[in-house]
Amino acid sequence: MAYWLPVVWAAVIAFAVLAYVLLDGFDLGIGILFAVQPREEDRDVMVNSVAPVWDGNETWLVLGGGGLFATFPLAYAVIMSAMYPTIIGMLLALVFRGVAFEFRFRAQTTRGRRAWDLGFQVGSTVAAFCQGMTLGALLQGVRVVDRMYTGGWLDWLDAFTVLCGIALVLGYALQGACWLILRTEGELQRSARSYARALGLAVLGLIVVISLWTPMLNDIYWKHWFIFPQILLTAPVPILVILVAWAFWRALQRHDDLVPLLCAQAWFLLCYAGLGISIWPMIVPPSISIWDAAAPPSSQLFLLVGAVILLPMILGYTSFSYWTFRGKVRAREYYQ
Amino acid sequence: MTETIILARAQFAFTVGFHILLPTFSIGLASYLAVLEGLWLTTGRQVYFDVYKYWLRIFAVGFAMGVVSGVVLSYQFGTNWARFSDTAGPIVGPLMAYEVLTAFFLEAGFLGVMLFGLKRVGPRLHFVATCVVAVGTLISAFWILSANSWLQTPAGYAMTPNGRFVPADWWRIVFTPSFPYRLVHMVLASYLSVAFVVGAVAAWHLPRGRQCEIARLMFSMAMWMALIVAPIQLIAGDMHGLNTRDYQPAKLAAMEGDFDTEPGTPLILFGMPDLDAARTDWAVPIPHLGALIITHSWNGAVRGLKSFPRQDWPPAPYIFWSFRVMVGIGLLMITLGGWSLIQRVRSRLYEDSWLLRAAVAMGPAGFIAVLAGWTTTEVGRQPFTVFGVLRTADSTSPIALPAVATSFAAFVVVYSIVFGTGFVYILHLMRRPPGVGTTETGVLQAGAMPADALGPGPHPALGG
Repeated sequence: MAYWLPVVWAAVIAFAVLAYVLLDGFDLGIGILFAVQPREEDRDVMVNSVAPVWDGNETWLVLGGGGLFATFPLAYAVIMSAMYPTIIGMLLALVFRGVAFEFRFRAQTTRGRRAWDLGFQVGSTVAAFCQGMTLGALLQGVRVVDRMYTGGWLDWLDAFTVLCGIALVLGYALQGACWLILRTEGELQRSARSYARALGLAVLGLIVVISLWTPMLNDIYWKHWFIFPQILLTAPVPILVILVAWAFWRALQRHDDLVPLLCAQAWFLLCYAGLGISIWPMIVPPSISIWDAAAPPSSQLFLLVGAVILLPMILGYTSFSYWTFRGKVRAREYYQ
Repeated sequence: MTETIILARAQFAFTVGFHILLPTFSIGLASYLAVLEGLWLTTGRQVYFDVYKYWLRIFAVGFAMGVVSGVVLSYQFGTNWARFSDTAGPIVGPLMAYEVLTAFFLEAGFLGVMLFGLKRVGPRLHFVATCVVAVGTLISAFWILSANSWLQTPAGYAMTPNGRFVPADWWRIVFTPSFPYRLVHMVLASYLSVAFVVGAVAAWHLPRGRQCEIARLMFSMAMWMALIVAPIQLIAGDMHGLNTRDYQPAKLAAMEGDFDTEPGTPLILFGMPDLDAARTDWAVPIPHLGALIITHSWNGAVRGLKSFPRQDWPPAPYIFWSFRVMVGIGLLMITLGGWSLIQRVRSRLYEDSWLLRAAVAMGPAGFIAVLAGWTTTEVGRQPFTVFGVLRTADSTSPIALPAVATSFAAFVVVYSIVFGTGFVYILHLMRRPPGVGTTETGVLQAGAMPADALGPGPHPALGG
């Protein structure tokens, strides 16, 4: 029990975070793409394509944070204090972006509307950037003494974390573009396709750079990837990335609506698996494992009972919501 | 280090204080919307649906603000209270995670249908969505107040040798002694707050002769709520106070401004508690009344602050005054409810211009009372985060002063801009005359756009 409960909970939290980057990823990507899509009508369509579902998507982030607090309180405490500025930055950015859904349609003047458009765009971009940096900082490791973070408040800042931030911004933008291919038509869909092409190239390049950089951060990651027999398990990851790339460009060429989104999400999934391979079984590299950080079994078990019953229900009604609002979306469909 | 603690506390008080207003609004308004849609479906009267549409838009703006300010809180325990998170996380964490699993997702999942899905799912399923959102807000209140009550009156735990909490009995953790009272008190507060907002909006429009039936319905429902719920809230509050007497007597002493323990304790109406001198200056006492209210006996004695170790005293002046603000507003609410009954009996409910003016003035009263009440109970928990066990000074994060100061400043600026604007938009939505742009035949006929469910506004080709 003391061995398996933390493993199960690590899997549940990993699932919540994965659900978050796959679902809120395209929401945030739409905000990031505001930068290249200045027409008001296009922006209305873009926002309406996620208006009924964004709130549910963001809830996975709350589950990630809340679940970590409940089941790995030490990891929660250390990560939040070590990455204090990027976490606070992300939260403030999400405030702007979240209210902008409502506010841009409530603004009384064109200037007000423009301001909330900007809030939506900058909020989405900064949130993505901060999330990427948080991830990069975590990969690099956190200095912990006596269960508390002991570094300075800007320790996390360097080239690697900034690169991870940029990668996540572009990655979310790619998801956003692919979402628009699925949910829109006409001119907007055409431009989404061309963004997807360019972003796909950039994201693939960044995946390669970060994948090569990560094993060099420390010996342990290196061993996880390149030591026999583990390499038999890890080798398929890069091969799959290439296969997905092939499927992605073929789908764009053939004007397929759904496959590009699936491919972009497959890339995220593979990178996420790669991240897992690097850090497992650490939850806060380099010193805190999932067993070190775990809450007492009575806490983990109490919450697990609920999670086992409730998560399938959540997935069920979330699917219902997506199904209800399926199909191509138009400018004045929900908000106007 | 102490400045860091003060700043961290101020930051948390600021973000949680802003946040609590929005769930208060959502809890009350979601239930109100469910009642309205239910009445519309059972009676078929258009006016109920008109009122529903009117408030749905306002609900959407408030809800979005509630979501984003709530996300902040789920991370702030770790950013600013790392040692608290590490020590008490095994107990508080699961309660909050249950809130996410049972309520946050539920509300988020069905909000889309509630706001945009009327045409796509039909009125019955739409009503289900509204009810689910309303129930979700109540489940959310259940878990959050359970977590807060555990901090106030901790139970069902054991301590590890290195000073961390371990859950021993989850039933006792979820249902701590103060929880039932706190939950009832807070849900009633939400209902009352929204009733007074609805009443104020109606009272503002009524003398302007706008859409009388809709505004009248809103005003009438709001005044019934004030009449019935405000006195119930007084009783619930009194019971909560007795619970505080039993489990957090130092907080009660601060609320009452009592330093000495004397038989036949007077009720100090007003005064200024002075912690250094350990007495309440300029006190206006009513003999024996304090004993009567708190011990329910003429010569009973309320424990004064001096009977507690000095280092465990909460900062009494804030508690003393915030408590009086809350109670004062409660009494005004009861008065307004009674006044409305008199005018209703005399068939002058919608014509008494002074009643209408008073109702407009009382619009924000519920929210002020909620903030004052939370100030009383949260400041009253000091100097502990987990009452009697874990001190605030031992709960902080290892974060340097400049980081806390910068983030606090950023929160103040961002919240002022975002929630300030949101508040203006909500006021603007409330200034819309109710019922303009709706059709007599309703919006559920074939050809109606889902957007129509959102109410008035310049949109093309709507059915009817």
